[in-house]
Amino acid sequence: MTLSLSPRNEDRPVLVARNIAKTFGSVEVLKDVSLSASQGDVIAILGSSGSGKSTFLRCINMLEIPDRGHLEVHDQVVDIRDGRVDPRQMKTVRRHLGMVFQQFNLWSHMTVLQNVMEGPLRVLGQERATVRDRAEALLARVGLEGRFDHYPAQLSGGQQQRTAIARALAMEPDVMLFDEPTSALDPELVGEVLALIRQLAEEGRTMIVVTHEMGFARDVSNRTVFMHHGRVEEEGASSDLFHEQKSERFRAFLARTK
Amino acid sequence: MTFTLENWPLLLKGAGLTLQLAIGAFFIGALLALPLALLRIYGNKLASGIVRVLISFLRGTPMLAQLFLVYYGAGQFRPQLQALGLWTFLREPYFCALLTFTLNTAAYQAEILRGGIRAVPAGEVEAAKAISMSFGLQLRRIICPHAYRIAMPALGNELILMIKGSAIASVVTLLDLMGQARLIFARTFDFGIYLQAAILYLVISFAVVRLWRLLEWWSAPQFRRPVPTSNPVTTGGQP
Ligand SMILES: Nc1ncnc2c1ncn2[C@@H]1O[C@H](COP(=O)(O)OP(=O)(O)OP(=O)(O)O)[C@@H](O)[C@H]1O
Ligand SMILES: [Mg+2]
Repeated sequence: MTLSLSPRNEDRPVLVARNIAKTFGSVEVLKDVSLSASQGDVIAILGSSGSGKSTFLRCINMLEIPDRGHLEVHDQVVDIRDGRVDPRQMKTVRRHLGMVFQQFNLWSHMTVLQNVMEGPLRVLGQERATVRDRAEALLARVGLEGRFDHYPAQLSGGQQQRTAIARALAMEPDVMLFDEPTSALDPELVGEVLALIRQLAEEGRTMIVVTHEMGFARDVSNRTVFMHHGRVEEEGASSDLFHEQKSERFRAFLARTK
Repeated sequence: MTFTLENWPLLLKGAGLTLQLAIGAFFIGALLALPLALLRIYGNKLASGIVRVLISFLRGTPMLAQLFLVYYGAGQFRPQLQALGLWTFLREPYFCALLTFTLNTAAYQAEILRGGIRAVPAGEVEAAKAISMSFGLQLRRIICPHAYRIAMPALGNELILMIKGSAIASVVTLLDLMGQARLIFARTFDFGIYLQAAILYLVISFAVVRLWRLLEWWSAPQFRRPVPTSNPVTTGGQP
């Protein structure tokens, strides 16, 4: 038996979530949801409000601990039963996933540059000068040069979200998770954030994007997942799914959001 | 009632002791308040319960009663305290007052901080978790900076209350501002001395309020405007 020298071949998934289940009180919010992402996949998660999209994303990086389920991220395998996880496994999983929130959630007492430097500096323990150079380069890439010393409250929503994306990228995650990254933005600011995410997709980043932007899902994602009442109702290649839907509900959903 | 300045040296000396007691207790209390607040919020049921009872005792009984409890109670436990080497402190009214004030303000500050921690934006803590910050780092880098900023006005208020409340030190023979005023009154029967003491308390409170505002301003750069144009830590270009 031979061992491959490069552990990351094309077909091997970089993220596996299997049979994730979650209840809040007596409400079953997720009923055995599964998803796997290969290197370079851009997966759009669609679904009406309350279908469990956010909860699923939050279960993947364990901001919510699933009741049960199986996760594989960056060689870390986590089996969850009875809503318990080993804190070390949780750290490893989070370490390799980047999360972008609907409400940006920038640290309001830190400047833009400090927000981006914080993780590499304190969590990864990298050297300050290197961290700063890389943070400045990242911020320049997301179009925030000249705003390094601003505080989040001094930025537009779009600038804040682009900073939040830079903050997540600074951790060099294997997979980026986006929870409705443009829903809190004024309509005229949506474009600049979508353009950035599209650019990341073109660079081959693996991403899972919960979104209500149908155009974005159709044009940028290569796979689409439609959730309904805590289940995956339909999934497949985006190019197919936007032409023809097996699920009546998905068809109705698309018709509604046209 | 006469108004002379002849007693001012004594009053000022008393004011010195007042400040020393109140500010000393406030800052030592601040050191205790943080762990108390953290135990109250993040501790297990037992730890949180014990802290809750302790805090309600300290907040629910008069500080004068607590001072008597320490001052007269210490004598009852002299052998034990001697064994612990604490008697040298607790036979001194100064340390009895300092201890009482410290515990009292620690309880109030713990409750203030608890409110501050509760009000930390949940999303910012989630963002910290999402980059896999440890709980210690979350506390140090995100939770505490927010909690203290939120708590600052209430903490300043507590400091003022402590300065005024420390006047009860005079009943255990200490010559703080109030103690000096009482002593002078006993000698002269001129109640004007209390007015002079009151004015001094007022001046101190006013000065402390000002200084505290300055501290609040200095500690919250994110609320200052305009945008800083240079910053020694960062070298980002500015328009
Ligand atoms: N912390 C919580 N406690 C109780 N119920 C919750 C909690 N979080 C989510 N829920 C419930 O779980 C269900 C799914 O919520 P979720 O936020 O995952 O939906 P969503 O698909 O992201 O919806 P939206 O499009 O509105 O963001 C909803 O019914 C919601 O009320
Ligand atoms: Mg949601």
